[in-house]
Amino acid sequence: MSNIADAFDHGKAFIAFITCGDPDLATTAAAVREAAANGADLIELGIPFSDPTAEGPVIQEANVRALAGGVTTDKVFEFVRELRRDVTIPLVFMTYANVVFSYGSERFLARCREVGIDGLILPDVPFEEREEFLPVCRECGVKFISLIAPTSSDRIAMIAKEAEGFLYIVSSLGVTGTRGEISTDIASIVAEVRKNTDIPCAVGFGISKPEQARAMASVSDGAIVGSAIVKLLAQYGKDAPTYVGEYVKSMKDAMKTIG
Amino acid sequence: MSNPNGRFGIHGGQYIPETLMNAVIELENAYNHYKNDPEFNRELSELFNEYAGRPSRLYYAEKMSKDLGGAKIYLKREDLNHTGAHKINNVLGQALLAKKMGKTRLIAETGAGQHGVATATAAALFGMECVVFMGEEDTIRQALNVYRMRLLGATVVPVKTGTATLKDAVSEAMREWTSRIADTHYCLGSVMGPHPFPTIVRDFQAVISKEIKEQMLAKEGRLPDAVIACVGGGSNAIGSFYNFIEDKGVRLIGCEAAGRGIDTWETAATISTGKLGIFHGMKSYFCQDEYGQIAPVYSISAGLDYPGVGPEHAYLHDIGRAEYVAITDEEAVCAFEYLAKTEGIIPAIESAHAVAYARKLAPTMSPDQTIVVTISGRGDKDCAAIARYRGEDIHE
Repeated sequence: MSNIADAFDHGKAFIAFITCGDPDLATTAAAVREAAANGADLIELGIPFSDPTAEGPVIQEANVRALAGGVTTDKVFEFVRELRRDVTIPLVFMTYANVVFSYGSERFLARCREVGIDGLILPDVPFEEREEFLPVCRECGVKFISLIAPTSSDRIAMIAKEAEGFLYIVSSLGVTGTRGEISTDIASIVAEVRKNTDIPCAVGFGISKPEQARAMASVSDGAIVGSAIVKLLAQYGKDAPTYVGEYVKSMKDAMKTIG
Repeated sequence: MSNPNGRFGIHGGQYIPETLMNAVIELENAYNHYKNDPEFNRELSELFNEYAGRPSRLYYAEKMSKDLGGAKIYLKREDLNHTGAHKINNVLGQALLAKKMGKTRLIAETGAGQHGVATATAAALFGMECVVFMGEEDTIRQALNVYRMRLLGATVVPVKTGTATLKDAVSEAMREWTSRIADTHYCLGSVMGPHPFPTIVRDFQAVISKEIKEQMLAKEGRLPDAVIACVGGGSNAIGSFYNFIEDKGVRLIGCEAAGRGIDTWETAATISTGKLGIFHGMKSYFCQDEYGQIAPVYSISAGLDYPGVGPEHAYLHDIGRAEYVAITDEEAVCAFEYLAKTEGIIPAIESAHAVAYARKLAPTMSPDQTIVVTISGRGDKDCAAIARYRGEDIHE
């Protein structure tokens, strides 16, 4: 079992998102290993959902490919168990409420603990609905990761006070996907968080280029990249893992230059 | 931070991205303010009466009643409203609310196009920008309604993801709302989605049962024995039921779309075949597989072709206050033809699901009993599709 805090204890963290089973689980496993070997500090593993309402086109299409390939929640658990033979960095699941709820929250989180999942991100479960999943997560020692958005304003303190694992700062309005520029004042959101908690803040949504990762990580504790990696999977398929490794290294190198 | 008002028993809630939370809180606060505001209610009544043509008629279907040989059947004629369906009730309410909130842009999802047309209509009336998301499949099946929306000044965005039908249009409208909130109101078309939508939409549609009650007391001197309405998300049904919920002697019957049958995969009968889940902002019943993947549902009726049901219906089902029955495509089409030939009224294929159940129920009741069937919309939009169903190759 790893610990989410480990991802943030040696400089700025680079967090990579990969959809499980896109195009197949063997490729996902190779991509995760390449990412870890090239400096990723934490991996978000997406369990595909038929109707991912927080995702832009790139990750929506990855969900379609993965489901078409026959991935199920049970297969994802077996895949993580296998991955945990050698992958030691923190792993968290990112999926949608119904995937967990329909599996049975208690059964789902017991299996998370069993296979070595450290955290759970559900983008369609806001602070007001966290009681649906939080108590079970705590029972199983899985961190329930909260999100803060550019529109959160007066809600930041409330969310930050009860946050655990790390805080996922959503960089921009809208859905996931790469963006030319990020205009949200991340520094002031992080400052507001800091008044309430010491939990690390990682920024995601829209980050694709090394200079963006560097800029976002310089005002927070880390950068999260999803769509840019998923695009490599879409473009190169089974050959993608090498490209994922190279990409992660370029991002991580840029973040190392933060003084 | 409990949220008691967003729940109907265990159903409902606000399962949405954090990005939208302040938007729904702002909406809830605005609604709670304006719902008791005399000026807001005066303006809404005027829109209902002078623009939409309310109150809608409660028509005694004498030929149908005599033909079926049982209960007296009354038809609540929501099909006679401006834009041809009950959808306008909710849209006028939400558009007026959005205007009071200072919003200048309406977005909406639509299946068959009725809610999209109603939203485009209200946007034209209020001088607001309007963008309607519609599954690409539906833009092809309902090309005439796409033209109507454009004629009214709206932009129609075909949604290509997933099954390219209503559920995908809802997902895309939610995505759009997360990207542009400040000037935009999401005018949700049914009693679904995150709190406060199921409550707001119900309240604006409750005018249907308020009128039925007054009209029945005037015509019959008593309440009906049964009220029947079709259920997709369930807005015309909850509107027809709401003011009778406390009147335990009134049976409330919702008719879901069974499609090709509830024992097949080609169905949209959520309460009959679905299970508890969390999707599109709410906890309710959904058609889904064992891993919670939302099912690609089917019905001949694009307006009932949705894999979920509003949380208040799920609750009324749980407590046994309302009954939900499943009506197949074939039964609905027969009822569509029956009402046209018997009463000279062409109902929407959605509403025909309610007519189909009335045909089963009325003969089991006595002539001193009464049934109200809500005709939620007019059927002109469906004629080409029904003709094709019957093997006649006509196109709009």
